[in-house]
Amino acid sequence: MVKIQKHNAAGCLIAVEGLDGSGKSTQIYLLKRWLEIEHYKVFFTEWNSSLMVKNATKKGKTRQLLTPTTFSLIHSTDFADRYERQIWPLLRAGYIVLADRYFFTAFARDVVRGCDPEWVKTIYSFAVQPDITFYFQIDPKIAAGRILEGRPSLKYFEAGMDLNLSSDPYESFRLFQGQIYEAYHNMIDEFNFTVIDATQTVNKQQQLVRQILREKIDLPAYKEKM
Amino acid sequence: MRFYGKGLPKCQVNELTGKLIVIEGTDGSGRSTQVRLLTEWLEGRGFATVNVGLKRSTLVSMELEQAMQGNTLSPITLSLFYATDFADQLENNIIPALKAGFIVLADRYIYTLMARDLVRGGNPEWLKKIYSAISLVPDAVFYLDVSPRYLIDRNFRKKSTLDYWESGMDIRLSRDIFDSFIRFQRKLKAEFSRLQKEYNFAVINGNRAPKAIALDLQKRIEPILGS
Repeated sequence: MVKIQKHNAAGCLIAVEGLDGSGKSTQIYLLKRWLEIEHYKVFFTEWNSSLMVKNATKKGKTRQLLTPTTFSLIHSTDFADRYERQIWPLLRAGYIVLADRYFFTAFARDVVRGCDPEWVKTIYSFAVQPDITFYFQIDPKIAAGRILEGRPSLKYFEAGMDLNLSSDPYESFRLFQGQIYEAYHNMIDEFNFTVIDATQTVNKQQQLVRQILREKIDLPAYKEKM
Repeated sequence: MRFYGKGLPKCQVNELTGKLIVIEGTDGSGRSTQVRLLTEWLEGRGFATVNVGLKRSTLVSMELEQAMQGNTLSPITLSLFYATDFADQLENNIIPALKAGFIVLADRYIYTLMARDLVRGGNPEWLKKIYSAISLVPDAVFYLDVSPRYLIDRNFRKKSTLDYWESGMDIRLSRDIFDSFIRFQRKLKAEFSRLQKEYNFAVINGNRAPKAIALDLQKRIEPILGS
């Protein structure tokens, strides 16, 4: 079993996880705005956004070059770049680091795609466990409904078409999301997720998130020095 | 064939009827010359042959090359970038060729990737676990062993300059690139000799004329072809 390490850096790491359409990005955006407005030292990073790697990932996705293995490795490269240059140094510098998706996303997706769970965990074992991981829990059917309502065309990998679950992208997406949901569900206890009911109103969820932060984190320690 | 570890999802190793032959060695050790000579020899004898190497994948070779031109590439990122490049070629070139019964000549393999990372302070267990799951055990591995002074000569003859990464300038062994190259290559050699014992590959004296090395390799490859 691969052990995920806890950190003892001065900073604090908050991650959000959840299905596409769970509303987690909205929540972490609001959390970021609050912390910025209140003058906390805060840094935000998002899955699949390394400038060095993301063009390759994009090419791999549009040209459908990715297999489960390279899908996993290329996302870990993207994560490593952000981790080594930003997440970890900023944690050491005493920042509140907000991560829109963290390695749990890979643990869920890559394993659903058929990668060995221990292998995926090993790859990411250089990274520390977040201090708080908010998991925005929602019925996969409702989450899928939110996505499919606003955006009629689904991308190949987004819909999980590479898993051959269905030749219909919408059906494939629903089945894929169902499997990701199961994978997340199985991680709740193992990684000590803080579960937020993502069917509540945006405002109510945000109040809850902020309250949990106040309780669990010594916020005054992260105030910007004027 | 078999994988070192659990292997790739859905890969049936019993379908791989070709042969995988790996030539390892540091920059300037004469690998590409030997790969060329071997390809000629094999094709001359009627064996379909495919060449693969590092940083040649469709997926990330360009991006990796670009990243290596800058100054923001960190060690774990470098390592995973190369792993992605390797896996892409494994799945899209090596495995299909082996399925078709080809002889695959690999100009470097995971051993170079591991040796470099180990010199850069990488975690041996981490590297081993990552690579063992995605690498086939080759039918033969030959390591071209060349003394660092010889390497310097060959590198200068080839491009009149020493490469930043091949000199290990990123790990600051010395401010001077010449000193750094020598130290980095010595460390690399030490890691290779550790890996050589673990993965049991043949050490070939690379301080000889290309023809002599080629004949030596042919003699050792001959028995593999028949089986």
